Formats: sequence, structure tokens, C-alpha cells
Amino acid sequence: MKQLLTLMLILFPASLLLMSQTGPAQGKLKESIDRGNMVYIQRCLSCHLINGTGISGVNPSLVHNKTALGATEPLVNIIVKGMPAGTEIDGVRYNNAMAPAPDMTDLQIADVLTYVRNGFGNNAKMITEAEVKSARAKLK
Amino acid sequence: MKQVHYFAQLAVGALLSLLSACGNTNTKTSGADSASTTKDTASAESNGDVTIKLPEGFHAVVFADGLGKARHLAVNSNGDVYVKLEKLKNGNGIYRLRDTNGDGRAEDISGFGNFAGTGIAIKNGYLYASSDEEVFRYKLDANNNIVDPGKPEKIVTGLLAHGEHEAKAIALDNDGNLYVNIGAYSNACQVKDRSIGSPGMKPCPILDSAGGIWQFKADKADQTYKDGVRYATGLRNVVGLDWNTATNSLFVMQHGRDQLHDLFPDLYTTKQSAELPAECMYELHKGSNCGWPYIYYDQFLHKKILAPEYGGNGKKTAGNDAQDPVYAFPAHLAPNGLLFYTGNKFPEKYKNGAFIVFHGSWNRSPEPQMGFEVAFLPFANGKPSGEWSVFADGFSGGPQETASGQVKHRPCGIAMAPDGSVYVSDDEKGTIWKISYTGK
Repeated sequence: MKQLLTLMLILFPASLLLMSQTGPAQGKLKESIDRGNMVYIQRCLSCHLINGTGISGVNPSLVHNKTALGATEPLVNIIVKGMPAGTEIDGVRYNNAMAPAPDMTDLQIADVLTYVRNGFGNNAKMITEAEVKSARAKLK
Repeated sequence: MKQVHYFAQLAVGALLSLLSACGNTNTKTSGADSASTTKDTASAESNGDVTIKLPEGFHAVVFADGLGKARHLAVNSNGDVYVKLEKLKNGNGIYRLRDTNGDGRAEDISGFGNFAGTGIAIKNGYLYASSDEEVFRYKLDANNNIVDPGKPEKIVTGLLAHGEHEAKAIALDNDGNLYVNIGAYSNACQVKDRSIGSPGMKPCPILDSAGGIWQFKADKADQTYKDGVRYATGLRNVVGLDWNTATNSLFVMQHGRDQLHDLFPDLYTTKQSAELPAECMYELHKGSNCGWPYIYYDQFLHKKILAPEYGGNGKKTAGNDAQDPVYAFPAHLAPNGLLFYTGNKFPEKYKNGAFIVFHGSWNRSPEPQMGFEVAFLPFANGKPSGEWSVFADGFSGGPQETASGQVKHRPCGIAMAPDGSVYVSDDEKGTIWKISYTGK
């Protein structure tokens, strides 16, 4: 728990911008981002790093990443099935494999995607649990 | 909980301003690490967009830049520098850099070789270079030009490259042998790579065709696995390697395993995961076994520890059949270059010592990242004779760049020139520095 708290302290600036937004529509978004923050710490941080930048040629950046800000289905696919080492994105090859995470729940996936899409200077629409569920059903 | 959040917000803000304030102060007093100060002095300007910090009497100049993913280097007897690129530039995978007027910069730059890769070396009148699956060689003529840049001879073919640890670093001995790293396409030989709860495979099937150093004949065409010898095994991935002429043996730097905490959060804290295992230097002989994936080396306990994928708990020792490292460096620094200094131009303590190029870490998070430097380890009588120290630093652009891993340059390869200077490459922007000693 102490470690988790330390990490939250470090990660907190990412969500500062969102904290300043108010109104009922923001309530659910904020809750999802907060939960997504915790998922990110446990499952994503060690490779994509605290500020989402990854490391060039090793793990891709999530900052203004077209895929991360794009359609739900490819994103769910990447999280559930992972990505092979050597994948090329926008002409840059990344040498680390991304492990598949089939154990993650629809809600965890929705939350972490929403966190990434609204953190690190990104601004893309929230992804809901229902959207993940529907995208996941189409995978195989 | 909410109160904790707001307090955290304030604390982080205060910490950040403090950090940036400290950064500024450091920059002003040391005159290093800042783009704004690099314009002030001639020596800083000659280092390009960063200031390379070196021991007194050493100087670095940019020999060439803009080469892209510049990996390993080889220097010919006439001073020509050959650079291997991991990504083709204008269709070329090798560049020859020639300083025609002796001003310390390359003016005559020419490219050839339509394959990307990492390994390059010069031996007995041939330039050897590797892709991720093959090794080629080019004949050099009496005037030190490549005889036919369009037609290299294929020496080795059909080596495994599965995307992870695919670089085929090479070295040659003085008895007509070529050594090729074939990295393991895995972190710790789990059934599912880097997946929580996935067990380690026993025996690890990867070791049959990767996870070691293979030996081939330096002058025989079209060799593949059946023609080569698995010279050493149990090496996860080697990028930095060099034939040590003082011991007449191959030395390698292993890239140690990643993600102990991610994969085993109950056994390792994030801090332990950032600090373990050591990046190890090994001296190899035919039949050497360095223990991967079954063990890793804990540099604090000075012991080989059973990997958690194979039932380890961070304390159980194992690997009686595996050799100990010659030296253990901090974790995750990613040693990509190794050079035993045989020149006479550096001060005496450098003679026969090892320069290790640390490409820099990605997996020490949430601890600060480290590396992005050239280290030196002194040797006497074929063994390390002291502790390591940083030799060349500043490639990243500064302490904050190093900590975040968002760096300006990532040093990768190193080679010695006939005049006793050394060249260091960078595979972030493709800058090549020449480092010389003047004593002044």
C-alpha cells in the first residue's frame, strides 16, 4: 500500500487537469480515470513509464499515439492479445513484446484506456465497460 | 483519502519546482548538460547538441552525425570508420566515414550494404557486418577500399530473429573464428513471454538455437547452425562483446532479465525490480554456461539466485553448473558496447582495461532511469583490478533526461582507432564522437 501511495503521488500531476473540470458529466469520467490510474500503475507503468512516453525503439509512447486515441476495437485487441516484439509503428520498430492480458476485466480495460486517453496531454473520448465488452466479443 | 490527494498535489508541485531549481543551479555551476550553455564555449559546441563530460585531458568531438540508428563501429588501419545501421538510411546499412583533411571530422561519407543490422568488425583484410539473420564480409583492397560494395560474401545465414533480442553482434579471434550472439527471443523463457503466472519452461527450448554465442569459421561461405558450434550458452542477450587479446578469450556483457516485480509482485518490490539483477560481464570459453534462464546474479548478495519462474523466491541459490560473472554492474543499464583498450595514447590505467557502453535503462520505473554513458573497468593480469567508474557522460542531455529516459542520445557502439583514440556511436540520432587524450 505504501508503494502504491508513493506511485500515486508521482502520477498525480497527470490527472490535475481533469480535476479542475466539473459538472455531472465529468463525474463518471473522473471515477473511471481514477480507477484507470490504479490499473496503469499495476499493468502498464513499468514499460510505458510514469509520463506515458515509453522508450524509443523499446516500448511505444502513449502520448498523442494515434492508436491509443483511436477506435476501441484495436485497443481492446492489443490489451487482450498483446503485441509481438519487433512491431513497427509509424516507421519505428519496437523491440519489446507486450504481454497479453486476457485476465483483465472489461471494466479494467475501459478504465485504463480512458485514463490513457485523458492523461499525458491526450484528450479523447471515454471508453465504457459496455464498449469493451462488445469489442471483446468480436475478437478471435 | 481525498485529503491525501490534495496534499499529494501540493507536495508533488513543490517537489517538481525544487527539482527544476536544483537542475538550473547545477547547470550554471558545472557549465554542463544544458543546451543554453553549450553555445558559450568552443569545446562544448564541438560536442553537438550535448556536452560530453570526460576525465581531465580527454576531449570529444562530433566526427559525424545524422546517421540515424548507428549501432556498432569498426575502424580500419587507415582510420576509416565503418558504422552499421539498424535502419537503412537512403537504402544503405553501412556508412564509411573518412576524415580526408585531418580536422577530426568526416568529410568523405559514403554508404553501401542494403541490409540493416548491428554487428561490424574488421579482420585480416575483410569488413564483416551482420543483419539480424546473416553475417556478410567485404574484401578490402590494398588502398583500404571495399573491393565490391554491391557483392558481399555471405558467411553465415539462417539465424533466428524473432523481434526480441534479434541483434547479431559479432567478434573475431586471431585463429580464424567468428563469434555471433544469438539472443534469446524471451525475457525469462516463460511459456508465455513476460506474462504474469506463466511458468518457466524446463528445459528451456530456446537454448537449442539462441540464448548464447555461436562460433563459425571466419572464411567459409553459407554456414548455418549445423556448421557452427554453440560456443557458450545461458546468455539471455549479448550486444557488447570483444575478443580480449591479453587473455586470448571472448568477453561479453549480458543484458540481464527484466520485470521481477511485474511478474512476481509478491516476491519483489518495485525497488528490488529496478536494482536486480546485475548486468554481468563474463569471460567465455568453449562450453561456457552462464545460467539464463534458470538463475540470475544478485550483485548485493554476490550469489546466483534461482529465477522465480523456476521456483525461486529471491533468496534460494542455484546454478552450480553456471559460471560466475567476472564483474557485476548495476541492473538494466543495457550494455551495448565493449572494448578492451589496447592503445598507447590514453594514460597507463586504461591499458587493457574495458570500456563498456551503457545504452541506458527503460525498466527501472518508478525509480529513475540510468545509464546512457560509457563506463570504464580497469584490468590487470586479465582480471578486473578495481571498481568501475563513469568515463563519458552527458549523452542524454542532462540528469532530468536520464531520469525520465527521454534522452537526446543513446550511446551504443565503441571502437578504437589506430591513433589510440576511440569512437562512440549513438543510435538515437546517429552521432559519432571521437574521444582523444591530449593531457590538457
